[in-house]
Amino acid sequence: MYHLLWLIPALPIASFVILAIFGRRMPKKAVPVFGVGSIGLSAIIAILIAITFLTSPPQGNYFNQVLWTWLDVGGFQPQIAFYLDSLSLLMILVVTFVGFLIHLYSAEFMIEDEGYSRFFAYMNLFVASMCILLLGSNLLLLFLGWEGVGLCSYLLIGFWYRDPANGLAARKAFIVTRVGDTVMILGLFLLFDKLGTLHIQELMHRAALQWPVGSTLPVLAALLLLGGAVGKSAQLPLQTWLPDAMAGPTPTSALIHAATMVTAGVYLIARTHVLFSLAPSAQLAVAIVGAATLIMAGFAAITQDDIKRVLAYSTISQIGYMFLALGVGAWSAALFHFMTHAFFKALLFLGAGIVINALHHEHNIFKMGGLRKELPVAFWTFLAAGFSLAGVPLISAGFYSKGLIIWDAWSSNIGSDWLWAAAVFGVLLTALYTFRLIFIVFFGEAKSEVHKRPGWAMAVPCVVLAVLSVVGGFVDTPEFLGNVHSFTDFMHLALPAVHEGATRGLSELGSEGLVTLAFLIGIYIAYYFYIQHREYAESLTAPAIAKALHRFWYTDWGMDWLYERVFVRPVIWIAQFDRRDFVDDIYNGIGLVTELSYQGVRKTETGRMRWYAAGIAAGSIIFLAIVLFL
Amino acid sequence: MFALGLTGLLVRRNVIFILMSLEIMLNAAGLAFVVAGSRWGQADGQIVFLFILSMAAAEVSVGLALVLQIYRRFKTLDADALSEMRG
Amino acid sequence: MLSVAVVFYVIGAPFVAALEVIVYAGAIMVLFVFVVMMLNLGKAATDMEKKWQRGGLWIGPSILAAFLIAEVAYLITSPATAAYGSTVIEPTQVGIVLFGPYLIGVELASMLLLGALVGAFHLGRRTPEKTENRNGISTHASGTAPGGDLVRAGTDRSSGPA
Repeated sequence: MYHLLWLIPALPIASFVILAIFGRRMPKKAVPVFGVGSIGLSAIIAILIAITFLTSPPQGNYFNQVLWTWLDVGGFQPQIAFYLDSLSLLMILVVTFVGFLIHLYSAEFMIEDEGYSRFFAYMNLFVASMCILLLGSNLLLLFLGWEGVGLCSYLLIGFWYRDPANGLAARKAFIVTRVGDTVMILGLFLLFDKLGTLHIQELMHRAALQWPVGSTLPVLAALLLLGGAVGKSAQLPLQTWLPDAMAGPTPTSALIHAATMVTAGVYLIARTHVLFSLAPSAQLAVAIVGAATLIMAGFAAITQDDIKRVLAYSTISQIGYMFLALGVGAWSAALFHFMTHAFFKALLFLGAGIVINALHHEHNIFKMGGLRKELPVAFWTFLAAGFSLAGVPLISAGFYSKGLIIWDAWSSNIGSDWLWAAAVFGVLLTALYTFRLIFIVFFGEAKSEVHKRPGWAMAVPCVVLAVLSVVGGFVDTPEFLGNVHSFTDFMHLALPAVHEGATRGLSELGSEGLVTLAFLIGIYIAYYFYIQHREYAESLTAPAIAKALHRFWYTDWGMDWLYERVFVRPVIWIAQFDRRDFVDDIYNGIGLVTELSYQGVRKTETGRMRWYAAGIAAGSIIFLAIVLFL
Repeated sequence: MFALGLTGLLVRRNVIFILMSLEIMLNAAGLAFVVAGSRWGQADGQIVFLFILSMAAAEVSVGLALVLQIYRRFKTLDADALSEMRG
Repeated sequence: MLSVAVVFYVIGAPFVAALEVIVYAGAIMVLFVFVVMMLNLGKAATDMEKKWQRGGLWIGPSILAAFLIAEVAYLITSPATAAYGSTVIEPTQVGIVLFGPYLIGVELASMLLLGALVGAFHLGRRTPEKTENRNGISTHASGTAPGGDLVRAGTDRSSGPA
């Protein structure tokens, strides 16, 4: 069964090629057959491989499938090879399965769009690139997938290209992630130069042998890779592109910017965990980035009025949780949260898509209301996802995954109280913005008319994801609640366990209790302001300082403004300064000199005989002089 | 003598005078040849002078015919008026 | 011309001395005089000449000429140059050499002269209409327009009182 591994990326690529070439000429009904079918087949293969892996794991808990050698230059021989262990298997499962559901949803969602086949072509290319990223056994192949998903993100954000604002958002996304990618390439160069290979397992092995813990080289390499991860996963300071990326179609936001591409950074760090373990300061940086991002994005989310932007900031915040987990050495917890997050965030986006579609492309939540009676499917699934996001105790997946991260932040030997406190505060914020969103959109009086209801292709994926959002957490529960740890055991086939430090007075039960308390406070605040006393919400922002604060959080803590001033303006100034392109002047100068000489020589052709005679005389005199005197 | 002829050639604007200066230059060249022949005691210098002379005669006849044409066409004997091939 | 002829005589080349006077001064200069007479320039031309001969005009050519004189003077006064000899070369000697080694040259010179003759004749010719008007021989003067079509004029004639 393992030898079918290569089909997982290959089927979507084949579908992409077919749709790209023949998509326009196909009947519209045929397009989803390829688009959705290829992903579905990949998902089935992934599930079969997973079953085989779980029942009879391969030797050493990994499987390597080499297809061919990519290059052979000066001793550098990267191969097209796929490496399957529990880490990549988990991620492949999530990507293909959730991807399949989202593709199914978009078969109905995008049906009226004239770029129907183009959409599926791009989405398939995306899934293929993501699978290459996840399965790549060397960093170069991973980087290929990395760039591929960046490209597809650009193409899909700017999908409705007729509106220039979409193009700008796509460009912003691409350029900001490019900054991260460049940093990552530098990291790859460093690793190759010092360790001589890019094959991941070999690389980790050599790094552990050659580099002592805490020396500058692993710290530098880890920080460079972190730079790339930060760009792709929209963490501080490169998170400004994700809210604007919501200009793309909703299924894109669901797939790329919630469940999969943005978690590529998490995967990278988890894959190279050996390197990060050798560089404690870099790992601490990961944790700090995660903690800072989750707080910042949380504050930003509670002030947004566009339904998709709330979810975008929520994504940034939740990935902050994953980075926090990676930073304290809780590798499995990070991936647990990744899995549950993929379920509920994709569902949130799909539900938002149903709402947007129903209200004729209305995005402003303050123009929505009272939809729980009109769109019951959307309401109940959205509620399930929202519960999971906020972490409703015991009955949602998010509770278990977030709780695990928070506990590990306290108990890990490289964790700290501050990180734990930030994470707990983040729970409050999460509950606040999630329920604020739900209360405004689904409760209260209806403000807009409902035009369309979802069909089965949109409803079924939502229901499936809702079920997963609820039960997905039961694969790993804390000690006092059943002590199930099948998930972490599975992960420990590829990743090391959290190193426990001293628990310093707080038990897991206590931590979970405080988390629940934070959650309740958050939900109560949301309830107070948005159900009971709507009017207080407006009056809260009336005083000038509150208004300023609101604006500050609304614009993502002013980061766009900052980047505009610090980076964009100087570059534009330099470009204007060099408008005439002084390098071009050198080449133009050659032409100019030739022209001038021509003009000069032209003057000697007067057509007058005496002038020519004088020329002959002068020439012969000079010649004579040369012969005589030299 | 050659220098004199050259100066005359360059200064004068009337084509007839230019041709005359040209004759002076030819004369000077011939003189040089004859002197050289005399120095070596051979008749060759004089032979060459003979050839120069016949060539000068031919050239003068053709040149003067051209002068006639120029006068008919341009109604002037100014050498500078003949600058249609200017570039 | 005459001074040059005398110089020739003095250095022992009487043949070319005579030749110089007869051909150069006698024929070529006479040709010049003929052309000047034909052109019939008159006072206007001499006035033009005066106008053209400004002082500043002499500077450039004088400089070139000066360079040339300097070079030749250098050549003459350099030790490599020999003094001139004093043997007289008789015309008979010249004649023998002409018929001997330089025979081909003589033939070529005659061909050159033939070419010059034809060329000068062609170039000096006047164009057909002007020739006719000048001579006054206009056979169908009444029928034709000035410088007009002689062929049609002929046919007119035939359709006239016949």
